[in-house]
Amino acid sequence: MAATDVDIFSNEEKRNLSLGGHVGFDSLPDQLVSKSVTQGFCFNILCVGETGIGKSTLMNTLFNTMFENEEASHYQNGVCMRPRTYDLQESNVHLKLTIVDTVGFGDQINKEESYKPIVDYIDTQFENYLQEELKIKRSLFNYHDGRIHICLYFIAPTGHSLKSLDLVTMKKLDSKVNIIPIIAKADTISKSELHKFKIKIMSELVSNGVQIYQFPTDDDAVTEINSSMNAHLPFAVVGSIEEVKVGNKTVRARQYPWGVVQVENESHCDFVKLREMLIRVNMEDLREQTHARHYELYRRCKLEEMGFKDTDPDCEPFSLQETYEAKRKEFMGDLQKKEEEMRQMFVNKVKETEAELKEKERELHNKFEQLKHMHQEEKRKVEEKRRELEEEMNAFNRRKVAAETLSLAQPLKKDKDKKNRSVKTENQSGVSLSNSKVMMAKASVEPLNCDSWWQAIQCCTCLVHNAAWRQGLF
Amino acid sequence: MTTNIRYKSRIPIKSDETVEEKQYVGFATLPNQVHRKSVKKGFDFTLMVAGESGMGKSTLVNSLFLTDLYKDRKLLNAEERINQTVEIIKHTVDIEEKGVKLKLTIVDTPGFGDAVNNNECWKPITDYIDQQFEQYFRDESGLNRKNIQDNRVHCCLYFIPPFGHGLRPVDVEFMKALHEKVNVVPLIAKADCLTPSEIKKLKDRVRDEIERFGIKVYQFPECDSDEDEEFKQLDKELKECCPFAVIGSNTVVEARGQRVRGRLYPWGIVEVENQSHCDFVKLRNILIRSHMHDLKDVTCDMHYENYRAQCIQDMTSKLTQDNRMESPIPMLPQSTPDVETDRLIKMKDEELARMQEMLNKMQQQIHDGKDQ
Repeated sequence: MAATDVDIFSNEEKRNLSLGGHVGFDSLPDQLVSKSVTQGFCFNILCVGETGIGKSTLMNTLFNTMFENEEASHYQNGVCMRPRTYDLQESNVHLKLTIVDTVGFGDQINKEESYKPIVDYIDTQFENYLQEELKIKRSLFNYHDGRIHICLYFIAPTGHSLKSLDLVTMKKLDSKVNIIPIIAKADTISKSELHKFKIKIMSELVSNGVQIYQFPTDDDAVTEINSSMNAHLPFAVVGSIEEVKVGNKTVRARQYPWGVVQVENESHCDFVKLREMLIRVNMEDLREQTHARHYELYRRCKLEEMGFKDTDPDCEPFSLQETYEAKRKEFMGDLQKKEEEMRQMFVNKVKETEAELKEKERELHNKFEQLKHMHQEEKRKVEEKRRELEEEMNAFNRRKVAAETLSLAQPLKKDKDKKNRSVKTENQSGVSLSNSKVMMAKASVEPLNCDSWWQAIQCCTCLVHNAAWRQGLF
Repeated sequence: MTTNIRYKSRIPIKSDETVEEKQYVGFATLPNQVHRKSVKKGFDFTLMVAGESGMGKSTLVNSLFLTDLYKDRKLLNAEERINQTVEIIKHTVDIEEKGVKLKLTIVDTPGFGDAVNNNECWKPITDYIDQQFEQYFRDESGLNRKNIQDNRVHCCLYFIPPFGHGLRPVDVEFMKALHEKVNVVPLIAKADCLTPSEIKKLKDRVRDEIERFGIKVYQFPECDSDEDEEFKQLDKELKECCPFAVIGSNTVVEARGQRVRGRLYPWGIVEVENQSHCDFVKLRNILIRSHMHDLKDVTCDMHYENYRAQCIQDMTSKLTQDNRMESPIPMLPQSTPDVETDRLIKMKDEELARMQEMLNKMQQQIHDGKDQ
């Protein structure tokens, strides 16, 4: 709708008219101001930095008050966000200040996931605002805007360069929030080292494509101061809430055995610059940037994800409602299809398993039959052999008896025949013996020393079974 | 200085010559002989410095030994450090003072704690220390022991960042991995960002946490009871000062009319050797002037012996497990066949049991079939 309206107007020529007298609409900004003053302002700061780097102290120093803050421990398992909201008042201006702390940042041994909670928090705030905007009945003027307007990134004063964690985190955050990097605990770096350090940091940020917040230079009133401040980034700050007497004044400072570092002394640190830029000059611009740039980017990405477009294939503007309906239908259709698929899959699987089971059953049955056959075969064979052996045994006994009777009947021929017979009997028993040996050999086992025939047979049976088992016939 | 004086005072003064001649044997000059021999032989000392980048390790080493060990050093960018691994770099210098030669080796550990994922980043360091122990063990057990090079690490200075509220998990893990292998001396680095009360608070915190996590840092030996009071007092102060809060400097500045090592700030000058500014002097005394040899002794007598005992134990236990390995210790040969036959018997038993079961099942089924 808005697009078409503008089109109509731009066809006409804009004319500048001069006024004949004082109309009075130059009080419009004042009206705006008084309205916003009564409404109150809202500002959200996110402080990202290692534990103990001085985030809470700096906040206390900046706003000249004591926000209640316990010291964090170093042994958190992960990074967690701690937002705290305060109501401040100066002159007749109300400020609803939210300070979000990153507890446990940089403490873990594995810091690969450290940036995720921060990014998630920022996205959640955007999401909430988007949801509020998309509502049918919305109350934006009443809405507590939790979107982060500024992220102060605290860099540890090592004096060499950025830490790897710093680089990774800032890259993830630069498209979602305005980042101002600051060098914390700057009273540990001497002037020359500081200069080198700042240059190194800025060059690293630039070479890695990290976009930090640039103070705006398009507004004439502040362009000069802002452009000079841009050159001082990152600000090297020192925070302190303790007061020390210097000369005849009491100032906020840190007392060392070798001197006193004054927080508000511009030659000692850049705290005053930070305060100027952050609060006194550019606060409103930060809020605007957050809304106009970062939030819009988020919104566009989100809606594109959902499938919304500004214009449909025929270049006719889409209405949100139609798109929404279409999306919903699509979604329901998808759901149903998925359900069907799953049902189908389930049925198939059941069929498969059933078939498998049947197969197995059949196999087992066959095997059983087979084994039964084999068993019977074996049994039969063994029975046969037993009979054979018995017959041989009987034969041998008969011959033995016959030989004995013969020897009794003819004692004279003993010597000659004895030899023969003994040979014969020996032969026969030898034959019999060798028979069993042959059998054992057939069964391919080592000859066992058995005392009696029956033992031998039993051994044979066992051995045969053993052989069958070993060949895996069972 | 103090040590020299103490030794000198032990030589008996020949007040009464006649009486002394009979009683004086002369072995009281042994310390002097030891002194002479050691000066001739020279000393060696290996110092390891560990801590994150930018803690001032190199600056401190330069300040301690009053030289510049780190010429033309290349520092990595943040981008390159995302996946950095820990390296071990050794710098060896020979320095001499009043005829006493010292071969000083500084083992640097660039890259420690710099990557985004620092899991087990101390492993290269522990491996290095073990390697040196192993090397010495091998040399000691060798046949020719004339020229053994002692590369074992005698002391490890660990730099704790002053920006936090105490020890961080990576600090705790590192010290726990190293405290049984080397003398760990924890230091609070860059102490010029802490006011005296903050230093005290941090030291108490760190001491508590060291005790709580059971980290065994290097303990200064108790001084003998026959030392003079002044010495005992000093010793007590030293122990209470641990961990030392140090500041290092590569530059010389003009302060109070003198040229001293220090750091120049707009609000004042920090003197490195000023006892009220930091504990640098105490650290230097401990490390170099009084306890250098004790550090070496503890390394030899405790850490190295522990390593050696562990090594030998591992070797013998490995041998008893693995029968078939060649070993200098004679093993009974009968154990092998028993194991084999036992195994076979077990297998056969299992097979038999299985077959029995199947037979039973079959019989059962036959019975059921018959019944039906």
